[in-house]
Amino acid sequence: MGNVPSAVKHCLSYQQLLREHLWIGDSVAGALDPAQISVLINLHCFQPYVCGFSVSLAGSVACIHWETSQLSGLPEFVKIVEVGPRDGLQNEKVIVPTDIKIEFINRLSQTGLSVIEVTSFVSPRWVPQMADHTEVMKGIHQYPGVRYPVLTPNLQGFHRAVAAGATEISVFGAASESFSKKNINCSIEESMGKFEEVVKSARHMNIPARGYVSCALGCPYEGIITPQKVTEVSKRLYSMGCYEISLGDTIGVGTPGSMKRMLESVMKEIPLGALAVHCHDTYGQALANILTALQMGINVVDSAVSGLGGCPYAKGASGNVATEDLIYMLNGLGLNTGVNLYKVMEAGDFICKAVNKTTNSKVAQASFRA
Amino acid sequence: MAAMTKALPRRLVGLASLRAVSTSSMDALPKRVKIVEVGPRDGLQNEKNIVSTPLKIKLIDMLSEAGLSVIEATSFVSPKWVPQMADHAEVLKGIQKFPGITYPVLTPNLKGFEAAVAAGAKEVAIFGAASELFTKKNINCSMEESFQRFDAILKAAQSANISVRGYVSCVLGCPYEGKISPAKVAEVTKKLYSMGCYEISLGDTIGVGTPGIMKDMLSAVMQEVPPAALAVHCHDTYGQALANTLMALQMGVSVVDSSVAGLGGCPYAQGASGNLATEDLVYMLEGLGIHTGVNLQKLLEAGNFICQALNRKTSSKVAQATCKL
Repeated sequence: MGNVPSAVKHCLSYQQLLREHLWIGDSVAGALDPAQISVLINLHCFQPYVCGFSVSLAGSVACIHWETSQLSGLPEFVKIVEVGPRDGLQNEKVIVPTDIKIEFINRLSQTGLSVIEVTSFVSPRWVPQMADHTEVMKGIHQYPGVRYPVLTPNLQGFHRAVAAGATEISVFGAASESFSKKNINCSIEESMGKFEEVVKSARHMNIPARGYVSCALGCPYEGIITPQKVTEVSKRLYSMGCYEISLGDTIGVGTPGSMKRMLESVMKEIPLGALAVHCHDTYGQALANILTALQMGINVVDSAVSGLGGCPYAKGASGNVATEDLIYMLNGLGLNTGVNLYKVMEAGDFICKAVNKTTNSKVAQASFRA
Repeated sequence: MAAMTKALPRRLVGLASLRAVSTSSMDALPKRVKIVEVGPRDGLQNEKNIVSTPLKIKLIDMLSEAGLSVIEATSFVSPKWVPQMADHAEVLKGIQKFPGITYPVLTPNLKGFEAAVAAGAKEVAIFGAASELFTKKNINCSMEESFQRFDAILKAAQSANISVRGYVSCVLGCPYEGKISPAKVAEVTKKLYSMGCYEISLGDTIGVGTPGIMKDMLSAVMQEVPPAALAVHCHDTYGQALANTLMALQMGVSVVDSSVAGLGGCPYAQGASGNLATEDLVYMLEGLGIHTGVNLQKLLEAGNFICQALNRKTSSKVAQATCKL
């Protein structure tokens, strides 16, 4: 227990509190309480004080504020796609050893996350962090009920991924011609040709393929990206067989208005159930943008534990939205995710120590002793 | 783990009402938002390093030049409680008072109010809470006693033609009481409004709120106080501030408090962040086409200035992204 943050030690009694306090017990039994249910379990282990339930643990009171509300019109369940091990680590300078990556993913598998993007079968020349893709894919424990997609930029990568045991793959398009050229060294049209090969092979082998569209709300080279362009690229990927399209605000420049306009356009061509959003928090807009997407019916959201990853286009900037902060918002909205926030924080703490950085998650910052 | 996930109540809601909410709520956003800059007071108050008087004055002057129309300058509270604000009179006298900009100051009691007026204050702010325990711990009296104090200030302010802004703390949760009912918040807000406060700022003091809770709270308050007299003051302790602020805008609130560089920590959560960063707020509002009157570039300069003075990194993501390392 030595390395467990003190706040989390207190959280271990959460189960006990749930059992002891009947209103939570009622909802476990299935009897819905239409009124707001709040459990005050405060992770602010700052000083002893009396709160709703006097639980004293090692001299301080452990509480988490867990409210649910009646915000109507939101999806019942939100699927979180955890991209920390791939998108997150890919943008971290420190190369993480293979065994740490495997341990990290195994921990994430035990949090309730149902989709964890493991690695990228890309050339080590381009992404050194992902050089150990095969070892990681083979080394992780594949928990039942959890899916482990991997990025496969081309047919070669796809075949390697399958040989290593991958059962789901992703392809990465962009809504910007310049970004496509600079990032994967070919035009959008050429990239679609490559992806089509990959996706067709995948479908042939009954392997689901997820499509990403980068620069959905702006491009570091072209600036404004029209919703029509995003729709066009998304439609291409969807019609070639991708079961889900993740719309990425790659440089985090989007705001709720541009998110809404983009989604309105894409939703005319692609069913809601096949869409996801992937928001970067470079300008602090991620959760506001995600809320907008949820209000529009989107119920799949990508995030990275601890907000791993910087932004290669803005030195010093932050990267992905933190899974912990996303879960906090979704929990507060009364939406089911199936994910255990504490376990995610533990996994986040583990990887931050391994990468020697402080977490980008505000929830984690507020919960652990500095 | 299973017990925990089952404990979360399932909300069975239809998707149909979602689209009605989304399209109408976006269209209903205000065209203009007034930003109340609380960095020099709420922000600095929670910073460990004491900032010298000249630097405080320079910060406020820079914020004035950035186009903000309301800048909370200082707090006329006893230096024993808040050492950072010990130089309140000098700061208020020393700043440039630009036309069209107001510089409210906090006045916890009549003595502070009188000192503020003597130092040239034209607008003051009083600080209530929606929690009995928080009131006791924070200002050492009951809620009822606090209203009596405020009443004295409001009467004196009325005589002197000085506007009074009211704050309600702990509107989405209290570090001591936990859950705070929207009805309680509505009651306190109504009281302050009827006593004469022209505007009530509803504060998520420990940043625990999420958009649904914000909506429930505002729904209750708006039944008692007109939306135009309301403001929200969100702390970003759990990263929820901007999403909560967006919800408030969707509900018709058009006044938002924020702090340059996201100054201020949280006394209730060691290591946690504090206020919503003004830069990040302005970024969102500009992206939404909402008029603020603020020059983001000049605001970033002010943020950069105070962070250097405090020897700390900015908490604003916009500042982090735009600053060249």
